[in-house]
Amino acid sequence: MSGCKDLSRRSFIKKTGIFLAGMQCVWPLPAWALSTSPGIEQRSPKSSYDLTIGYSPITIDGREGVSTGVNGSVPGPLVYLREGDDVTLRVTNELMDTKHASIHWHGILVPANMDGVPGVSYRGIPPGETYVYRYRVKQAGTYWYHSHSRFQEQTGTYGPLVILPKDGEPFTYDRDYPVVLSDWSFEDPEAIFRHINILGDYYNYQRRTVADFFKDVREMGLLDTIAERNAWGNMRMSPVDLADVTGHTYTFLMNGHSAGMNWTALFNPGETIRLRFINSSTMTNFDVRIPGLDMEVVMADGKAVKPVSVHEFRIGVAETYDVLVRPSKDQAFNIFAESLDRSGYTRGTLAPRAGMHVPPPALRPRPVRQLEKIGMGGMDDNIFGVMMGDMKHGDMQMDGQGKQPKQPDPRIPGPNGPEPFKPDDIGVNVIMVVNNPRYRLDEPGIGLGEDGWRVLVYDDLVSAEPQPYSTTVDREMTINITANMERYMFSFDGRKFTEQPGPYFFRHNERLRLFLVNHTMMEHPIHLHGMWMQMENGADKLPFKHTILTKPGGVVSALITPIERGDWAFHCHLLYHMEAGMFQVVRVA
Amino acid sequence: MHKLWHSVVLLVVCSVAIVAAAHAGETPDKTDEQTPLPQAYALPEDYKPIETHPKPGEGIQKYAEDAQSGAQANFGVQPIHDNEIFATLLVDRLEFQSREWTGAFVWDATGWVGTDYNKLYLESEGTILPNQLHVDEAMLELYYGRAVTKFWDIRAGVRWDVEPKPERVYAALGILGLAPYWFEVEANAYLSDQGNVTARLEVEYDIQITQRWILQPRFETNVAFQDVRKYNIGAGFNDFELGVRLRFEEARQYAPYIGLSWNRKLGETAKLANFDGEDISQLSVVLGLRLWFF
Repeated sequence: MSGCKDLSRRSFIKKTGIFLAGMQCVWPLPAWALSTSPGIEQRSPKSSYDLTIGYSPITIDGREGVSTGVNGSVPGPLVYLREGDDVTLRVTNELMDTKHASIHWHGILVPANMDGVPGVSYRGIPPGETYVYRYRVKQAGTYWYHSHSRFQEQTGTYGPLVILPKDGEPFTYDRDYPVVLSDWSFEDPEAIFRHINILGDYYNYQRRTVADFFKDVREMGLLDTIAERNAWGNMRMSPVDLADVTGHTYTFLMNGHSAGMNWTALFNPGETIRLRFINSSTMTNFDVRIPGLDMEVVMADGKAVKPVSVHEFRIGVAETYDVLVRPSKDQAFNIFAESLDRSGYTRGTLAPRAGMHVPPPALRPRPVRQLEKIGMGGMDDNIFGVMMGDMKHGDMQMDGQGKQPKQPDPRIPGPNGPEPFKPDDIGVNVIMVVNNPRYRLDEPGIGLGEDGWRVLVYDDLVSAEPQPYSTTVDREMTINITANMERYMFSFDGRKFTEQPGPYFFRHNERLRLFLVNHTMMEHPIHLHGMWMQMENGADKLPFKHTILTKPGGVVSALITPIERGDWAFHCHLLYHMEAGMFQVVRVA
Repeated sequence: MHKLWHSVVLLVVCSVAIVAAAHAGETPDKTDEQTPLPQAYALPEDYKPIETHPKPGEGIQKYAEDAQSGAQANFGVQPIHDNEIFATLLVDRLEFQSREWTGAFVWDATGWVGTDYNKLYLESEGTILPNQLHVDEAMLELYYGRAVTKFWDIRAGVRWDVEPKPERVYAALGILGLAPYWFEVEANAYLSDQGNVTARLEVEYDIQITQRWILQPRFETNVAFQDVRKYNIGAGFNDFELGVRLRFEEARQYAPYIGLSWNRKLGETAKLANFDGEDISQLSVVLGLRLWFF
């Protein structure tokens, strides 16, 4: 037991590395994700990979299932590249009963036909065939890859992608661990999709009950409780509709391990450990903390930020955060990742020796959405938001009693802010329209920030990277995130993908300000392929993001320079929202 | 009164049919698997270069100029499928009612197949009286439903009363949806083959006692716009059912329940029933099973 501690880091990695290599045939996980992991070895980036997507067995908590893993494992192998290299990635589809498989390199700047989205960048990889991806790696950091074909991502077609910078890392550390968070279900994803389409809260076993009503009456008083129930009831939305698919069917995984299987990362006290958090979930936003340790966030979406010390951060689906931790004591720590709706968690352990663990903390209570937070607070907004849909009045900014429309938030950039969303025919697609979307990047998000510890907010992210793009904004565009949760229809600008008039248009090399206005009551992680979104959060150097977790009733603006011509996917990264229509093609020309 | 109702119903049925026809054949999913793989660094083959300068007076260009209407499907592959056909069957009530002396079996099921906008509904409701080994009432309804607003579908179709004899067939028109405060509402107007107009309203509401125990009040009423003596129906409100059912939702698919159901005949219909010696008011304890096939 105590022998490990005395070994130098290098010889430790060497020894465990050899030991674990021998174990690999017993447990079908790549070395970096093994139950007791030595992490990434620093000297091993390659420029050529062979990845095969095929049906392979998976065992979670003793139960066996079938996955669509990459090279036989979930998550797939670590694709470890070096910045500046020309890489070749050969991907073979051995899922013989599929129309196609695919791998998309999430967050990687590639030519359009290397992006891996069937129907946008290529035709997908037909069964039995191999597609050869070739591109020059123009960036460094923590990313991931996943299938963009139907629901293959849900059943395990994902893995971490790490790029070693050619000029060295901007910070120092002793150990390096990818931490891939994901959600696994033994149910067929087609069945999950069918269930939530037919009954939106099929998986919600945290609905509000009669007991909650009386609890609220005690706390808020009868009239306020009734008023609150009244407003939600009138809109026919639920304030506890936090996640469409929950821990009821999901087992949340960390590097392919359930909470009980307890993935463990080893350290020696006094070392600095880099944890590369990657949210590879299909539907689960996680809140991550390591009780007892400060986390220093040093990268967001693969790009360096000025270090921020936090105790907890929310990681939206498809986002990545690199954090440094410095445990000085000879004790074990939980790496604890709770789902946003508090229906479950996964955890791993940071430990000086294998086999150690501390009991995980309790799940916090399921939060309840507040009307004001989703932009429906106050009678004026509330009435407009609801009545626009029912009565199709075009402009009802004034309510006849002399109330002025709210002044736009000065933190929203641009001369005019986002273009108001006034659909000609609101139809069936849009349940709610937020007339005064708010700047919410300073908020930690629902269920966070009231525990007495410091939580990362988007406003904390200040880029530490060179800013190569023009500072003058050429053009502004507003994209509205819209939905009818009751009918499970998800859309942009009130149109599902198949109802769009055509692709959005970005001009090559222009500087575009894109407003994303979330007219729904849920968080949507919005992902733009092929180019960076620089989130306008008031920082002097804007952080680079490939995925932005938009808050309900909120507006986010991002500056974009489309650097590659061609067609690119733009979508909500909640897999079932995407498949239900929240998807668009962006044409750069 | 008769004539007016006939024409109103017919008019709405016709207009719904026209709307339905106009929207038939939406969103073709073209697949042309023969498209060859692209050359490295090539643009999609259906890509056309666009002028990179905005037209005068056109500050914001949101959509690509060469956009075809409908979804983008490069290489003949559609990236996502947001117009899928689903099907489900909800047997909302499958129960035994402890009516006086004998009791009755009641079923009430709704199934649909379709997309977000267009659905085909099949509904059935009926009563079996076990002591007489006899199907007392049996009704089958087939609707085409079109999503017209956020929460409401308009439905048009036919209703077929298999029992009581002689059989009757109706043209039916109605709405189905979610009213504010989550009341599930189904309201239909019927025009029978004999020219009689009737209507029916069903309202259900779920009260979440716990996550698994759900209390469901239920209200149903029938209205006739004229007397139909053959079936002991008088003009006006015929009857109502007020029920409350407590179910244990072991799974979404399977929920046994227990409850109370009060049936009461009203007005002229009650008088006619009374004349025939039938009960006009019945209070039953119900025991049943709710099944939902996804």
